[in-house]
Amino acid sequence: MLKIGVFVCWCGSNIAATVDIDQVVAAAKLQPGVVMATGYQYMCSENGQSLMRKAVEEYKLDGVVICACSPRMHEATFRKNAQRVGLNPFMVEIANIREHCSWIHKDKEQGTIKAIALANAAIAKVSLNAPLISGESSVTKRALVIGGGIAGLQTALDIAEAGFEVDVVERQATIGGNMAKIDKTFPTLDCAACILTPKMVDAASHENIELITYSEVESVKGFVGSFKATIRKKARYVNEKTCTGCGLCMSKCPSKKSKNEFNLGLDNRTSIFIPFAQAIPNVAVIDPQSCIKLTRDKCGLCQSVCEVKAIDFTMQDEIIEREYGAIVVATGFKPIEVDAFDELGYTQNKDVITSLELERLMNAAGPTGGKLVKVSDGSHPTDITFIQCVGSRDCTSRGKEYCSKICCMYTCKHAMLIRDKYPDINVNVFYIDVRTPGKNYDEFYRRAVEDFGVNYIKGQVGKVYAEDGKLIVQGSDLITNEQIFIKSDMVVLASAIEPDPSAKKVASMLTASIDTNNFLTEAHAKLRPVESPTAGIFLSGVCQGPKDIPETVAQAGAAASKVIGLLVKNKLVTSPCIATTDELLCSGCSNCFNICPYGAIGYEDKLINDHGIRETRRIAVVNPALCQGCGACSVACPSGAMDLLGYTNKQIMAEVDAICKR
Amino acid sequence: MHNNNLKDEVIRISGASPIKCMKCGKCSATCPSFNDMEIAPHMFVDMVVKGRIEELMASNATAHCLSCFACVERCPRGVEPANIIEAIRVIKLRKSGSVQLTPAQIASVIDTEIPQQALVSAFRKFRK
Repeated sequence: MLKIGVFVCWCGSNIAATVDIDQVVAAAKLQPGVVMATGYQYMCSENGQSLMRKAVEEYKLDGVVICACSPRMHEATFRKNAQRVGLNPFMVEIANIREHCSWIHKDKEQGTIKAIALANAAIAKVSLNAPLISGESSVTKRALVIGGGIAGLQTALDIAEAGFEVDVVERQATIGGNMAKIDKTFPTLDCAACILTPKMVDAASHENIELITYSEVESVKGFVGSFKATIRKKARYVNEKTCTGCGLCMSKCPSKKSKNEFNLGLDNRTSIFIPFAQAIPNVAVIDPQSCIKLTRDKCGLCQSVCEVKAIDFTMQDEIIEREYGAIVVATGFKPIEVDAFDELGYTQNKDVITSLELERLMNAAGPTGGKLVKVSDGSHPTDITFIQCVGSRDCTSRGKEYCSKICCMYTCKHAMLIRDKYPDINVNVFYIDVRTPGKNYDEFYRRAVEDFGVNYIKGQVGKVYAEDGKLIVQGSDLITNEQIFIKSDMVVLASAIEPDPSAKKVASMLTASIDTNNFLTEAHAKLRPVESPTAGIFLSGVCQGPKDIPETVAQAGAAASKVIGLLVKNKLVTSPCIATTDELLCSGCSNCFNICPYGAIGYEDKLINDHGIRETRRIAVVNPALCQGCGACSVACPSGAMDLLGYTNKQIMAEVDAICKR
Repeated sequence: MHNNNLKDEVIRISGASPIKCMKCGKCSATCPSFNDMEIAPHMFVDMVVKGRIEELMASNATAHCLSCFACVERCPRGVEPANIIEAIRVIKLRKSGSVQLTPAQIASVIDTEIPQQALVSAFRKFRK
């Protein structure tokens, strides 16, 4: 029988306030195999760890149970500690008496009973543990970044600068993402294009970066260090290599009535188009939905005028298969649809617009050349009202429960820019709270009020309606406790932001977890903020949660540093907790083969000596390099031949028995 | 005047959650009776949170709520201010004892200004 030591952590008062440590220690001592048990205030501290090491040596322990926090937190810490005194790390088990017990119980007696049960289960399991040796796997020294906005580009540039190759896959025909649509950026008011376009050029010209635009990642297989991605490069109908971006095709295209997505439908574009002047690649693309040649097999004018013969109507989607060591998700965001807020009249009044539409209206490269005019009749507005929190902090089905974080600052920016350029325009802002944490942010807001005369009104808007050629904004002013009616020419809605709709699909493809709002979840808010819980998957930008450009760039750099830290390794240590076949029990039924998500199971015809009967049988064989230890096969196996090392069926049943025994 | 028993009763009858209020003022922004209510809808919610129910019961503001439910419809937090006001009306009436309004009396109090919805609402309240 193994000699087992049990250590019960107080975790300060985190555990000790709800669990009677002494009782747990006393109960553990009664378990078979336990030769010592003790409590300690902080097992993860150096003192706690040395206590464990000393006990291993003194009692010649060959199994250790730590009753403490979640194994996600410190299992690795204690396993490494075991290794220091020559104990196989897989002879250490964690009983999670914090997250699974003390944090969720109030009653100390109940908590103690549960903690004892959890400790007994871990002791029963460790009694059946066997030493395991970790394997090694190789690292493909190339990274994949999904999304070519500011987040993805910054991550790609940082990885490329460190000397590793990066592919950026962008769904749109150009990189640049949402930031390319923005006019100016807070709090410095430098123009977005002046910051973004040089970065786009850097990315395009970097020897280590390959931009794969107008493409989507279709599937990803494999695991950290050895991912295999399938990328669909959609047919552009224009040869990327020969097109010079001269724009002659656009000037000749007779199909001019498609909504210009880049200008959010505020103007129209042709069927063959370059998304915007600074697009990268600066190559035209044909919209197959509206192209007369592709829909009705007529026209073909662009093809006849193209001097470099770049247009190819027979072009097909192309499939690219590549291997990567790490994958960064940078899928970004989109503003929510505000149609459901019928009281604000977005769908009824042309002059009720969203903030992103205002960005285009104020952008020198936008549909009006930067001249702010009413969308309805092109006239000059004199009163503009902003409404904040449209869909943010809204727990009904119309909105999002979270704060979108960027709207206070961009609304403030819009208000200030309008007052600066057109001092004759009165600007009102309805707000619930003005949230401006950040360096120079609140000062920015105060400047809008004190220096630019923006009128901030504490309250919300109940109704926007048209009357005598004006929009009437009916709202509450909570400071004066009045219901007020403001005549406006334009109303700007600060719509909430949500993760790009592709995020959900990308997350499930990568088996990366997402939250209820479809933001990707970080492995730990403070300890691993740019990593997904899935090894080898990293997060950059708004796909992880709302953030502004400075924060996005900072996080993008952090994600890149984590990728570099991974790619710089030649070998990765793999978990030895993988599936194994009991050849005598295996019937070769293929259940495990069918269920394995990693393609780790194959079959071999093997000569088996079954109690003297020699015969050749079809036996399942696990590829240790591919197996991720998910355990699906061991559940699917009808004969019990499949087992997961470190979590054998016997061990799990022993845990269940220990919990049920009391 | 902080009466927690009454507060609990308001919450129980209304089924609303005043604590969810984030003080945005959307209810009062949307309220068609705002100018007639000495205590505006957003104040109702806050005063219920603070347990100031007697003040609300003493106010005539409950009588001016049209039960149009615009505030309930548009509240971003699902607070349901109109249901809170309704609950206070119900408590007020229950405390005042016997039936206040009989169908026969309607003709004498009705005017063209009263919305039909308010009348239906009144029947519900006045029949105990």
